[in-house]
Formats: sequence, structure tokens, C-alpha cells
Amino acid sequence: MSDIRRTNPFRTAVNKLLKNKLAVVCLVILVVEILMVIFAPLITPYDFSEQDPSIRLRPGFWAQWTEITDPEAPGYNKKNQYVPGHYLGTDAFGRDVFARILYGGRISLTVGVISTLMGLLVGVTCGLLAAYFPKLDNPIMRVMDLLFAFPSILLAMLIIAMLGINIINTTIAIAIWSIPSFARMVRGKALQVKEEDYIMATRSLGARDSRILFQHILKNCMPTIIVIATMRMASSLISISTLSYLGMGVVPPQPEWGDMISAAKEQMWNRPSLTFVPGVVVMVTVICFNILGDKLRDILDPSLKD
Amino acid sequence: MAKAVLEVRNLVATFRIDKKEYPVLRDISFTVHENETVCMVGESGCGKSVTTLTIMDLLPSNGRVVSGSIKLNGQELTTLTRKERNALRGKRMGMIFQEPMTALNPLLTIGRQLTEGLRLHQGMTKKQAYDTAVEYLEKVGIANPQDRMKQYPFQLSGGLRQRIMIAMVMAVQPSLLIADEPTTALDVTIQKQVLVLLNKLKKDVSTGVLFITHDLGVVAEIADRVVILYAGCKVEEGAIGEIFSNPQHPYTIGLMKAVPDVEAEEFDIQPIPGVFPNITEEIGGCRFHPRCPYATDRCRSELPQEIEISPGHTVSCHLVKEAQE
Repeated sequence: MSDIRRTNPFRTAVNKLLKNKLAVVCLVILVVEILMVIFAPLITPYDFSEQDPSIRLRPGFWAQWTEITDPEAPGYNKKNQYVPGHYLGTDAFGRDVFARILYGGRISLTVGVISTLMGLLVGVTCGLLAAYFPKLDNPIMRVMDLLFAFPSILLAMLIIAMLGINIINTTIAIAIWSIPSFARMVRGKALQVKEEDYIMATRSLGARDSRILFQHILKNCMPTIIVIATMRMASSLISISTLSYLGMGVVPPQPEWGDMISAAKEQMWNRPSLTFVPGVVVMVTVICFNILGDKLRDILDPSLKD
Repeated sequence: MAKAVLEVRNLVATFRIDKKEYPVLRDISFTVHENETVCMVGESGCGKSVTTLTIMDLLPSNGRVVSGSIKLNGQELTTLTRKERNALRGKRMGMIFQEPMTALNPLLTIGRQLTEGLRLHQGMTKKQAYDTAVEYLEKVGIANPQDRMKQYPFQLSGGLRQRIMIAMVMAVQPSLLIADEPTTALDVTIQKQVLVLLNKLKKDVSTGVLFITHDLGVVAEIADRVVILYAGCKVEEGAIGEIFSNPQHPYTIGLMKAVPDVEAEEFDIQPIPGVFPNITEEIGGCRFHPRCPYATDRCRSELPQEIEISPGHTVSCHLVKEAQE
């Protein structure tokens, strides 16, 4: 019996993924980021809401290389001094940016993962049902078109406006927003898989609809689903940041990457690092998810095997 | 006479195209007995595959059975519910498909796919199903069955896959096996092996086989009886020897002439003139008359009745009937 399990396709896929350098780099970045976010209290001594007005708007560690330390020298400004310990500087309230990035990541990543999973669950089910039962196709897909027809941000804002501003509602809004893309892609793939000879062969062996749908069709849609999930993960991160930027995400003082960018826009000229740092973090995370999704698709496509 | 496994009587099926119903099967009747191979022969589009799909209840959504009866071991199938029929598929009747390259799920191991049916229909445990699957892989002549069980379809050749399909279907010991051109996609040596294998398994399990093909060489190899279809109608049916030595219907005679004879001095194939009718085409009288070299006015206006010219040998042709009278 154990023989059958030995060539686990999941394990082969993981092995192949680990052979790809770019994918490994992305994976490492994401894992490190996730670990740092989880163990934030162990990494930074500061709290995300701890204010210190005496060190407002200080630069990060990079200021050590250019700053003028001699108080007598022309151009000396105490406010441009790096405060040891605040690696990424402080914001307008004198809060530690590094701590806010770490704690903010908790919100961004959790909302990203949960909303993607919720969207995946509903979207994939809708897509499969629409593809397999022709009678459900039109009703389901027209609802999806309706969701698609709304500008995405507007839709999310509408949902949040109806449900009220808090992080759970934001998650729901983003999940609803990602349902149609799952549904549409999975429907397309499932329609194609449904016509394959082996589905007919399985039917001729007497398999029930549920078995065909979830055992055979769903499995053959998995590569598509995984790829969309990673891509949606990236867009969910952007969405939560965007919504927070627009003030529809987290409630202050809870930090969130998009909210940090939004709060820093007044200091854009005198302290650009406040917008730059969370921006880079969002960008790197999103790119990593995208690359990972791309590589996964290459690996999971059975026609490219061996 | 052996027990009848499959009895098809006056089967009529239609396809709906652009909101119009077009008949694809026009009053087809035949019987498959236990331990017997019935070959169904005809050009592409004559309704061979549709007949098999109708029996299996796997018609595309625009196809439906209008009238007629299909009996499996005496049980009427056309009145069963979808669910009841589904329960028979794979258990009492199995089907082998034309294209072995695509008839296996690419993402599941051979072992998974072989054991699925066994566990579903025979209620076997994982271990039992595994053992039975290995046993059947051996029966279809696959070396190292344990290793094969772990492999994926893409690691196997067409011939191997077709044997696996056969093992998959035969492992549940169905009373009826439908083979829809199972050798068309294989090369000649593999084809021969598969035919020998099918014959052997048929005897082991005493299954009735309905074998679809357009290759008369294969027919000569495997058939006990032959049913010849043309444009949705049965034109002739008879024992293999009868059909080959004494073909009656002009279409059957045409088919026989279209087979190249390697021993003849001149390599002379005589194709049947004209083209095969589209299903949307309305043809009055005998369906074959536009291509028939002997067609008379009667052929153009009146659908010929089936007559029996010798025991078990039936033909639907006005000319044969007139010659007899």
C-alpha cells in the first residue's frame, strides 16, 4: 500500500519548485517575512502604538552614513539624526516604523490569505457547478458578470459602506471581489476538462456526478486554481493596502501597510522613507507571490512534466 | 443458444441541432449473446458510436432516445432513472474507448484509476482492490504490474494504456463489454495483441462483446457476428462466415470490394461511389439508394423491410427481396 503513496504528486511538485532558484528566493523572502510578522514582539522592543514626541520623523539607519554629527558644523540638524534602535526611523507621532511594518504585516497577510481562501472556496464551487450543470451556467455566470462589471475598488467600498468599517468587513469585501475571477477561470478550465475522454471513461465506469466533479474535474483544475490563488493573493494585498489608504481598512492606531503609506503622504517631501518603506514591502511581497504563482503553474502543468 | 446479454429493439435516437431533431439511429435492432463478439461496421457517421453511447446512456446533451428498447440481461434500460442507470455502468457494462492516449486521467496514477471502479462497484477494501488490479494487469500481459500501478498515464505507451483500459473495464467482470474502435489508434502488431487479449478475456469472464470498427480485417479476426450500419439504419446482419462469403446488400458488397487484396495481381480497390449523407439530409426510400449502382424507382420511394434470407442472416434491400420472390 505504501508503494502507491510513494510518488506523491504534491511532493514531486515541491521538489521541482525547490530546484528553481528564483522561486526559492521568493519562497525564502515570504517565509522570512511571515516568520518575522508572527514573532514581531521578539524582534522589536517597540510597540506599534507607542508614541515618543521627542523623536518625531527621524530617518532610518541609512542616515548614519551621511549625517553631520558635529553640532558645530553648518547644516547640522538634530531632527535629521538617526536614533539608534529605530532601524527604519519614526513617523510623525514618533512611532517606530519597523515595529509598525511588522505588526502591520499581520493584518495585511492575514487579510490577504483569508480573503483569498474565502474567494477561492466560493468562486471554485460556483465555477465547477456552472461548468458541470449547463442549467446553472447562465444564472451563476451572469451574477459573476455583475460583480465583474463593478469597478473593483468601488465594489469593495460599497460593501464596506454597507457593512461598516472594520477589518472583518474589509476581508469579506475583498473576498467577494475575488470570487468572479476564480469562478470564471475555473469554469473555463472545467468546461475543457469535462470534454476530455477520461471523464467520459470515468462516467462509463459508473462514477457519480459528485465523484467526477470533485475527484476528476477539480483535480485537473488544481494547477489553474493554485496559480489564480497566488495571483489573487497578490491583488488582495494590494486591495487591502488600497482600501486602508483610502481609510476603509484598519482602524487607527492599528497599523497596516497601505494605511502607513496614506498617513505618510504629508511627509512625502521631507521624509520620503515613510512612504517608501511600506511601499517597498508591499511591492516585494506582491512580486514574490506573483513569481511563485508563475513558477507553480510551470511545474503543475502535467503536459510539461519530465 | 447462449443467453442474450444485450437486446436492442427498434432503437430510434435523435440529435437536436439548431432546434430541429435529426434522427441518427433509425430503427436499429440486434442482439449480443454471452461469449459472443458482435462487430458493428460502417462508415464514419453511420451511427456506430451513437449506438454505443445510447446503450451506455452517455449521449451528449442534445441527443435523446425517441423510442425502442434496450435490454441488458433481460432488464429494460430505457425506463430506468438516471441514477439506476449510472449504477449499472461500469458494473454490468463497461466501455473501452478509441483513444487510449486521452482516456486516462493524467493526474491520477494507474493504480488509483484501476482501483476506483473496484472499490466503487465491488465494495472492495483498498488492499483487495489493489490485489485485484495487479492481478488484472498481469492478465492483460503487463510486466511488473506493481511498478505500473505507481506510474502516471504519460509514462506509458498507447498500447499499454489500452491494455490498462481493458484491465480497468474487465476487472469488474461486466456482462457486456463495448469496445469503440479500441484498436484504431494502435499500430498493427499491438492491434493484434489487443484483439487476442480481448478474445481471451471474453472467454474468461464470459462477456458479450459489442465491437465497433470500420476495419474489416479486424472484423475477420474477432467477430462471431457482424452488423452493418449505413446512415443510421441496419442494412445487413449475419454470422461472420455468411457476411464474408455471401454478402447480400449492395453496401456490404461495396465494402468488401473496397478492401485491398494483397494476393491479387493488380492492386485494385473499388471505392463505393458518392459521399456519405449528412444527418441533416433527408433521403426518401432506402437510405443507400443515391450511392447504390442497382437502385430502382422502388428504392427511391420505399424503405425496404428486413428479410431473413438464411437463419441469422438478415438484410434490408428491395433487390434481394425481389430476387428471392
